[in-house]
Amino acid sequence: MAADFAQFFLNSLPDLFNGLGYTLLLTFISITAGFFLGISLALGRVYGNKIVNGFCVGYIELIRGTPLLVQLFIIYFGLPSIGIIFTPIQAALLGLSLNSAAYQAEYLRGAIQSVESGQMSAARSLGMNKLQSIGHVILPQALRISIPAWSNEFIYLLQYSSIAYIIQVAELTAEGKFIAAHTFRYLEVFAMIAVIYLVLTIVSTEIIDRIAKRLSIPGIGAAKQVSLREG
Amino acid sequence: MAMLEVKDIYKSYGKVPILKGVSFTMEKEETKVIIGPSGTGKSTLLRCINQLSPPDKGQVWLDGEEITNPKTNINKMREKIGFVFQDFNLFNHLTALRNVSIGLEKVKKIEKDAAQKRALQELTRVGLEAQVGQYPAQLSGGQKQRVGIARALAMDPDVILFDEPTSALDPELIGDVLDVMKSLCGKVAMLVVTHEMGFARNVADEIIFMEGGIIVEQGSPKEMFTNAKMARTKEFLGRIGALYGEDETGG
Repeated sequence: MAADFAQFFLNSLPDLFNGLGYTLLLTFISITAGFFLGISLALGRVYGNKIVNGFCVGYIELIRGTPLLVQLFIIYFGLPSIGIIFTPIQAALLGLSLNSAAYQAEYLRGAIQSVESGQMSAARSLGMNKLQSIGHVILPQALRISIPAWSNEFIYLLQYSSIAYIIQVAELTAEGKFIAAHTFRYLEVFAMIAVIYLVLTIVSTEIIDRIAKRLSIPGIGAAKQVSLREG
Repeated sequence: MAMLEVKDIYKSYGKVPILKGVSFTMEKEETKVIIGPSGTGKSTLLRCINQLSPPDKGQVWLDGEEITNPKTNINKMREKIGFVFQDFNLFNHLTALRNVSIGLEKVKKIEKDAAQKRALQELTRVGLEAQVGQYPAQLSGGQKQRVGIARALAMDPDVILFDEPTSALDPELIGDVLDVMKSLCGKVAMLVVTHEMGFARNVADEIIFMEGGIIVEQGSPKEMFTNAKMARTKEFLGRIGALYGEDETGG
């Protein structure tokens, strides 16, 4: 039985690795693209004029107010009817990035607003312009503060990327479904897949924690958590 | 021509008038102390001078340039106006050294090594050469404020505005900060909002008494403490004197 499972596991590995590759690709590209878009949205919400702020709020509410699955369907199945055609992986990357951006924007906005207003006053009073103040003073603090929430978003994205299988992306869950459908060994296959997601999650949480520790500064955000845990 | 000229400043927050026409001038290297009851607009006045809160009406001139003119490059002007905050506002993510050097690096575009060398000089001047590598959270209130003063000094300002620099400090830490401020007397112009009457009396070239958004009276410490013309000034100084003890010198 054990030998049989081991054999099955080994046979499944190449396909699962293929799927894993797509899962990691979706996660890393979407979190990165979502980060840069999210930071722009967050800055627009906090520092933008009425029009910019309104646009950012509208975008964030639209994305957070509709299911990711519906967003992917619109991009993959809906847009072709007006002549915009994406491959499955393009559609998934676009959908996940746009979706993650809205959530990351809200985490970052919270972090930016939690930086005391006196920090901006001090930066401006030295003669820094607004952009310099944001770049040299506000963001270095806000980004550190946002690491725990951001770590959450990373884990969500890692797991939500499995939804991409519905629009034909051969990521980890899709490969599992394929193997299971051919072998009828649903329990073993999805147990393996669950374990892979679990390991990925534990490893990435640990990596992000280490990064947070390395970046930590006495008195700022993530550092407080670290010291609480150690104390 | 005066170095700093404040002309008829008005400022309201919403419908509440805070400043109702404040004018005064300051000369190079002069030390001027603003005293008065809380809620009188003293801090607002300082923030109007460096445009952290632009005044509704009135002008501020520094070295013959009008700061309040919308065409003036306000960032350039702020380089010449140091600001020391009541609650320090040190940059939390930077060491004491970087707190002082960042303005030199990013605003004055001085090379990092030279900027940090200068920052070390300023921190030594305020007695903190041993704390250069510490973050604000690791410093005492008095140390934080001295870093704040070093940060302002490093920019070589024409004038430093002090907004109640010792109000957030434990009494035993106030002396260190006042000592540093005293040591700057005659080297850079200082405009100090404070409740430290000893400092006002011993260090100021001139004292401004403000109440209700206007300057009630101004004069040398001697005139103000012994021979104030306005009844309200006498009353205020008398009450403060009784509270802190007549002989209190504030270090």
